[in-house]
Amino acid sequence: MCGIVGLYLKNAKLNSKLGKMFTPMLIEMTSRGPDSAGVAIYRDKVGKGLIKLTLAHDDPNFSWKIVDAGVERALKCDARVKVIGNHALLVTDAREQDVIKWLDDHHPEVRVVGSGKMIEIFKEVGLPVDVAKKFKLEESHGSHAIGHTRMATESAVTTAGSHPFATGADLCLVHNGSLSNHNRLRQELKRHGLKFKTENDTEVAAAYFTWQLRNGKGLKEALIEGVKDLDGFYTFCIGTADGFAVVRDPIACKHAVLAETEDWVAMATEYRAIAHLPGANEARIWEPAPQTIYTWGHA
Amino acid sequence: MDANTPRTIPRKSYTFDDQTLSEIRRAATTGIYDIRGAGAKRKLPNFDDLLFLGASISRYPLEGYREKCGTNVVLGARHAQKPIELKIPITIAGMSFGSLSAQAKEALGRGATIAGTSTTTGDGGMTAEERGHSQILVYQYLPSRYGMNPDDLRKADAIEVVVGQGAKPGGGGMLLGQKISDRVAQMRCLPKGIDQRSACRHPDWTGPDDLEIKIRELREITDWQKPIYVKVGGARPYYDTALAVKSGADVVVVDGMQGGTAATQDVFIEHVGQPTLACVRPAVQALQELGMHRKVQLIVSGGIRSGADVAKALALGADAVSIGTAALVALGDNDPALEQEYQALGTTAGAYDDWHEGRDPAGITTQDPQLAKRLDPVLAGRRLANYLKVMTLETQTIARACGKSHVHNLEPEDLVALTVEAAAMAQVPLAGTNWVPGKGGG
Amino acid sequence: MIEFDLQKDCVRALNARLHSLPKDTNERRWIVRNPMGEHAIACGLDLPLTVEIEGHVGFYCGGMNKHAEIQINGHAGPGVAENMMSGLVRVKGNASQSAGATGNGGLLIIHGDASSRCGISMKGIDIVVGGSVGHMSAFMAQRGNLVVCGDAGEALGDSIYEARLYIQGKVESLGADCTEKEMKEDHYQELAALLERAQINAIPNKFRRYGSARKLYNFNVDHADQY
Repeated sequence: MCGIVGLYLKNAKLNSKLGKMFTPMLIEMTSRGPDSAGVAIYRDKVGKGLIKLTLAHDDPNFSWKIVDAGVERALKCDARVKVIGNHALLVTDAREQDVIKWLDDHHPEVRVVGSGKMIEIFKEVGLPVDVAKKFKLEESHGSHAIGHTRMATESAVTTAGSHPFATGADLCLVHNGSLSNHNRLRQELKRHGLKFKTENDTEVAAAYFTWQLRNGKGLKEALIEGVKDLDGFYTFCIGTADGFAVVRDPIACKHAVLAETEDWVAMATEYRAIAHLPGANEARIWEPAPQTIYTWGHA
Repeated sequence: MDANTPRTIPRKSYTFDDQTLSEIRRAATTGIYDIRGAGAKRKLPNFDDLLFLGASISRYPLEGYREKCGTNVVLGARHAQKPIELKIPITIAGMSFGSLSAQAKEALGRGATIAGTSTTTGDGGMTAEERGHSQILVYQYLPSRYGMNPDDLRKADAIEVVVGQGAKPGGGGMLLGQKISDRVAQMRCLPKGIDQRSACRHPDWTGPDDLEIKIRELREITDWQKPIYVKVGGARPYYDTALAVKSGADVVVVDGMQGGTAATQDVFIEHVGQPTLACVRPAVQALQELGMHRKVQLIVSGGIRSGADVAKALALGADAVSIGTAALVALGDNDPALEQEYQALGTTAGAYDDWHEGRDPAGITTQDPQLAKRLDPVLAGRRLANYLKVMTLETQTIARACGKSHVHNLEPEDLVALTVEAAAMAQVPLAGTNWVPGKGGG
Repeated sequence: MIEFDLQKDCVRALNARLHSLPKDTNERRWIVRNPMGEHAIACGLDLPLTVEIEGHVGFYCGGMNKHAEIQINGHAGPGVAENMMSGLVRVKGNASQSAGATGNGGLLIIHGDASSRCGISMKGIDIVVGGSVGHMSAFMAQRGNLVVCGDAGEALGDSIYEARLYIQGKVESLGADCTEKEMKEDHYQELAALLERAQINAIPNKFRRYGSARKLYNFNVDHADQY
């Protein structure tokens, strides 16, 4: 169980303030999720032929230079690494599958947290305020961000179990609620070749969407199928390259609220996470209806 | 074949035993599931499968009387201004006025007060009699919210948010029309004589993250004075205990499948939820991992019968236990003296569990005024007090034999198990060995 | 008029002050500013005070209200006026799910829309909604009146007992044992009185009445698939 938050800036002039606006939203959800926190920020789109991977290592002193140099040597490519906390952003012209294989072979303890051209995912155990500090969230710029504060329900409090979960290039998922048929789904998805690192129900939902997208479905279609196939209580917020999407299950017990002004669209589990945004008092505020997909940006 | 040909001995089926056959016949006749009261009746691993080691050359017992063995418990000091102080580590579990007669509720209050412990309201709200007779009263906050109101909330000594109970983790309250008398109907805002349908989830919150907000609201309404308990059935005790703590609970109550109910489907009682023995250590482990053992108290219920059960639950890490079925038996439920009447009801003393029908000859699980007045609340209260006293003395006897000056100093290392299952569930060694099964698998 | 700013002081301080007022207090009119979506604002009140809240509130505003008149000049989160016993709660904006849940008495007025489970398990409260209500509204509603000037979502009045539902707009679907009932003269009068008390303009003869078919009151195997 958890808190989820999302902020999409319609007014690009505010992009430099994304972190400043978003961080208090995340921290406001601490009481719902004191165990761990995570955020996906969309910014700094890499150029043609390049990909951006977010990597993480449990050892804060891990020397990322090895990865930088190793990848360049092994894959005869260009690679740049930027370290933020115990995460690192790897920008390279190599192919994603090759990088992942190299990491698997040489540094299996390095986690690939996200990938795409814009997305950067940072997540760790600990209080949201500490996680935000670790990853310099307040200073961040970007066009949109989704975040999550976690109260682990049926799986352990680990970084790997934290949200957001990547589900494809520039795609990620945060979830508030509790699925009830994820164990069977996990078995099926494993048979389709997807890999799992945790016992977490959200990881299964993320893998499910990855699988649907791999099979050629658009995001909206994938979400429609998801509402049919996923059982339990959920509010999902999906980050995309252009914005985000929100969907709730048919029973719709887990609260969610949306707000929109000329400058931004925000989503949160509780209104108080939105209350402090500039213009919140005059914002249009509404609740997403059950089984209905809402999207912003060009998603 | 002639009459002299030997035949095999008639043989009944293990799978289709008499009980099963009678149930199939009943289902075919009525078209409705079997509804009954009490907890799981089938044979299950329980505390009998654990033994205390006692005193030895290396461990010395305490003398009775002179060398004190404390039994008091403080519940809910985590946030509340007025924690609950009990003289004994045994409380009376939640049972509703409606499922029980007013006389029975009064008897429970009287007995608990004599013994220095608490009673708990049930799925129907607080009666004036119970508040009057019970020195320490825990007020249940259930999905139905029957009779819920802020005045009673403020009159209570503690509030117990019920997420579930052992007999039916996932089921709501059930009271059939026979027991919806005028008074019950009035308290619950229901038409008289109808079957009360049960809400299984709370109407205005779902999940521990929302529970955190709800607990905060209850504290605000009562100005942070009273401890808040959270009660769960024996479904996922490890996770549920952790989540209850994270939601802000001061006390966690875990009720195993032997825990009784006034009425629910037999299949629910017998096939959903884990035995109490399997629930205690996971709950304690969750508290220990959060650094909250003894700071958030754990009350265990579901088939507690004697001081031996109390001592074992405490040894495994509980702070207190709760009794329901046992308390009713102490009052006079299922008494062999009423055998003729049980037979007239189609049952026998010790088996009577059709409490939902409201025809209890002992006057306990009924709303019929003629039957209910058979129970003398003063005498029955005395019986309950006697029983609680015996259980306390038994707990102390065992604790003293283990060298403890307070019953809370009992620990898992004082125990061994007689069966592999009990050893694995309680995480104590099989007697005569160093082996704790299941340690690898967690 | 006493002002309380939730940006300067916390909800606990506000509730503590409101709870400690003596029965004969002069401090009867309160304005609460900057609620910022906080929870449990003005819950457990027990005196005929008026409390006006300027902004949006979080969960359980006015929970278990007795005697007080609370007005929210904004939107309300889940469980507004839950378990209200008496008094009045008015939401000028929208209300989230479980509005008026298990309410025993008093009047809850929502000028905008209410989302799902409006009036769930209501036990005597009257609820008047100027807009629409979401799915599972009046679920297990035992007693009281729910008036909806807009539409009602799916499964209206599922497992309803004796509460009365008056709906003006369309009803997406009816829940188990909920059925349309005849509007007689005393129903029109009752409805008119509710609308008047709520100060919401609507014409009673445009409404339809719904209530319990009473087929689930005692178990009958032929109705088993309703469960």
